[in-house]
Amino acid sequence: MTGTVAGVWQALGTVMDPELDEPITDLGFVESSTVSDDGVATVVLQLPTFFCAPNFAFLMVADAYDAVMEVDGVRHAVVTLKENQTADAINKGVAAQAGFIKAFEGEATAELDELRTEFLSKAAIAGQDRVAQPLVDDGAHPDRLATMTLGEVPPSVDLDRLRDRRAKLGLPAGDDAPLLMHPDGSRVTTEQVPLHLRRARLRRVGIEANGHICREIMKTKLAVGAP
Amino acid sequence: MYEKDGEKYFVVDSHSHFWDASRENWREGREEFAKGWIDCFYGYHQLAPPETHWDYEKYLKVTPEDFKRDMYEEGHVDVAIFQSTYLKEWYTNGFNTVDQNAALLEELGDKVIVNGRFDPRDGAEGLKQLEADAKKYNLKGVKLYTAEWNGDSRGYKLTDPATYEFLAAAQELGIKNIHAHKGPTIWPLNKDAFSADDVDQAATDHQGLNFIIEHAAIPRIDDFCFMAVQEPNVYAGLSVVIGGLMHARPKFFAKVMGELLFWVGEDRMTFGGDYNIWTPKWQVEGFVDWQMPDDPAFSDYPRLTAATKKKILGLNAARLYDIPVPAELQLPSDDPAQPGEQLVDA
Repeated sequence: MTGTVAGVWQALGTVMDPELDEPITDLGFVESSTVSDDGVATVVLQLPTFFCAPNFAFLMVADAYDAVMEVDGVRHAVVTLKENQTADAINKGVAAQAGFIKAFEGEATAELDELRTEFLSKAAIAGQDRVAQPLVDDGAHPDRLATMTLGEVPPSVDLDRLRDRRAKLGLPAGDDAPLLMHPDGSRVTTEQVPLHLRRARLRRVGIEANGHICREIMKTKLAVGAP
Repeated sequence: MYEKDGEKYFVVDSHSHFWDASRENWREGREEFAKGWIDCFYGYHQLAPPETHWDYEKYLKVTPEDFKRDMYEEGHVDVAIFQSTYLKEWYTNGFNTVDQNAALLEELGDKVIVNGRFDPRDGAEGLKQLEADAKKYNLKGVKLYTAEWNGDSRGYKLTDPATYEFLAAAQELGIKNIHAHKGPTIWPLNKDAFSADDVDQAATDHQGLNFIIEHAAIPRIDDFCFMAVQEPNVYAGLSVVIGGLMHARPKFFAKVMGELLFWVGEDRMTFGGDYNIWTPKWQVEGFVDWQMPDDPAFSDYPRLTAATKKKILGLNAARLYDIPVPAELQLPSDDPAQPGEQLVDA
């Protein structure tokens, strides 16, 4: 049992907020997670505001459901979102394994794969700033950065994270893959390096700005409770 | 006007509200949304210094006296621009209508400018209303909240043909400033509703209008910067940027300001205090005192001069709205970068 509870938490730790590119467990989005004696996992998710966007919210609830169902000892999973403008539609849709189009009948024209890819792609650009910035600080020149491969970069959490996002996008993520890469997978030339790094840093600041605001709002929400 | 260390700052608060979120105004059957909306604002309110926090009940609806004290007596604001946000699907009399705002107009004279709004889904009726509002209030700007509900619709885009019709009409009526605010629900729900792509296209297609993107399009500030660098008639409204980050996350605020200064530039950034999410006093004073950190991590971001702060706090918006600025509060005329120089239709 204890193993299953830990397993569920670990599984939830693999679920990302697609927009913030961080695990929902780090963001405080998991309000509770329990497992009954007969293997029913019950997970309640919460988001910073009532108006958090339905598409991202759906992805998190659906991904949490999928991740928890994979855990040894879980026979059935009930994953719900509370206090959100579209919580009902999301909860029913995920429970029925109906997909986004069904859950929001008439309001959606496609499933959410494209949206997910769009944000993963931003994360893969932002990740290049995380990995390359320390190298720039150590004096690496543009011509060196343009030819550098992932295998030449010292190991780090940020490097693993970059590899992971690239792999999910089907982009080169192995040791021989270039460190710097355009969204379409093409190489960055020496001349392009300064602007590319500027853009990568901006992507990172953009994503992190949202993370900071969401965390702050989440923190105050939990501290004061709903008014 | 705010004076510090011998420098005088003309302050235009280009994004303020005078809302009614009182319980009596929550529309029957939609209370959850009315409450959800103002609770969301109240969450943002907590990002201010604790000594400026309001009690929730007070926050729902402030009085004209509160507004006057907080903005002009204590807040250093010379001119406030009221933005209208109707949300009549959730608030019986509207959340913040032009008429509510206008009630303060007469009393405050030229210390306040009221902006109107339109909703392209309102068709011919809406066009008539816009024309009436424009004449009645001599509108120079409108606020567009693209995620506003309207019947079964969950929002609209600036590139919708109907929006273009309204933008053309607005321009003919003498309106030149479009404040756009992106929100979460818009059809179809599988797309990113916060995307600012439509602003990009609309700005390209309407060179005679200025597009001020409120809170610099957070949560899409990166997309916003990539767009603004190419569109000379796009401005970054700093509501939420200063209010939400300067106190709560100061180091990160520096990064966001650094990016905006680099990509958008000091001539196209306008202060907005977002009353009464926040009061302007701590924002104006804090911003004047603020400087890019000396830390090497910030070394390639621009540093702010007194002129930069004067432009951002008031002179840029004054140019957009033709607000007369007393001579001693203007920048010297030989200053190489006058605010709003790129303005096409000044």
